[in-house]
Amino acid sequence: MEFNDKHVMGLKDLLYRMADDLLILGHRNSEWTGLGPILEEDIAFSSMAQDKIGQSLALYEILQELGESDPDTVAFTRNAEQFHSCHLVEMPIGEYDFSLVRHFFFDHQSALRMEMLVDTVVEPLQMVARKFKGEIKYHTMHADTWLKQLAATEESRLRIQTAINESFSMALGMFESSDYEKELIEANIFGGEDELKAKWYETVSEKLMAFGYTIPSLDSEASNGGRKGQHTEYLQPLLDEMTEVFSIDPAADW
Amino acid sequence: MKIDSLDPRINRANLDGDSKQGELDPMDHFQTYEVFEQKKRGTHHIHVGSVHAPSSELAMMFAKEQYSRRGQCVNLWVVKTSEILATQYEDADIFETTASKHHRDPNSYKVMDRIKAFKERQKQNA
Repeated sequence: MEFNDKHVMGLKDLLYRMADDLLILGHRNSEWTGLGPILEEDIAFSSMAQDKIGQSLALYEILQELGESDPDTVAFTRNAEQFHSCHLVEMPIGEYDFSLVRHFFFDHQSALRMEMLVDTVVEPLQMVARKFKGEIKYHTMHADTWLKQLAATEESRLRIQTAINESFSMALGMFESSDYEKELIEANIFGGEDELKAKWYETVSEKLMAFGYTIPSLDSEASNGGRKGQHTEYLQPLLDEMTEVFSIDPAADW
Repeated sequence: MKIDSLDPRINRANLDGDSKQGELDPMDHFQTYEVFEQKKRGTHHIHVGSVHAPSSELAMMFAKEQYSRRGQCVNLWVVKTSEILATQYEDADIFETTASKHHRDPNSYKVMDRIKAFKERQKQNA
């Protein structure tokens, strides 16, 4: 099938969503480096944060092939309203309970999205989806293991449950519809946000219930807007910090 | 007093410099698990170190990042350190006698010669 302008716009939007989510959450999670609850977890969490930055780079490279600027320019010179990331990833790290629940919600979304993209007609995206399958599988295993562990005592179970309840509407914001859903589906580029949301809810609710938590209803209000560039007050300060070194000398050789 | 650091991440954590935060009761430490890594299917698992963890499942998650992040690995074992029975170093003399018992060493078998000869034959037959 020949791609028209709308297909290309839809594909770019999809890639920006994925790459921006990974870049922002990768940066956020790296804020735990050196502050993690124990050394072993600090290393594991930091390493996964790095994985996310690496995954975002692979996606920005596809965008470059589609005519967008190079990855550094795209990552370091845009303002908040040019980012397609969802609200969930830009929230401050908070306490470790919130960061773990975000990790659980986000990474299951990421794993399922990549799984859907294994058969996309967009070949470079197909390759990225295959390449990072194992990496993302570990991320979801890590999140599952922690949430299961923290269901063990009343205090920890309550803290995780509170974080689940408080972050759920932001988690739903991951699936905000794109203006090109129809085009992406008809061209076999991507199965669509609604299908992904249904798969995600089935996966996370089954897991949370098995661990002993409850999950809010899928009808809860979604914290939308991020995909269209409407962000919370937390994104711009994050970008300012992330680009601080780059802005000193954008042409510097590393 | 609040800790004032050059590192913005430390400042964000809002740590009280006077509090006893960070002091642990001995019981607050997680137990340790020993980690064994297998580089290739069929080869032995080799002890590579240990991790602190609250459960064997989390020990496995930590072991993966701690020890197999770089380089090849196909399988990991973790086992509670307390489950391992070890000899005492003061009893190390129990191993001393083995050194003198050369008749126990397989040195006199000409195994490699036979293997080489077998491989030669295979090559010729191929």
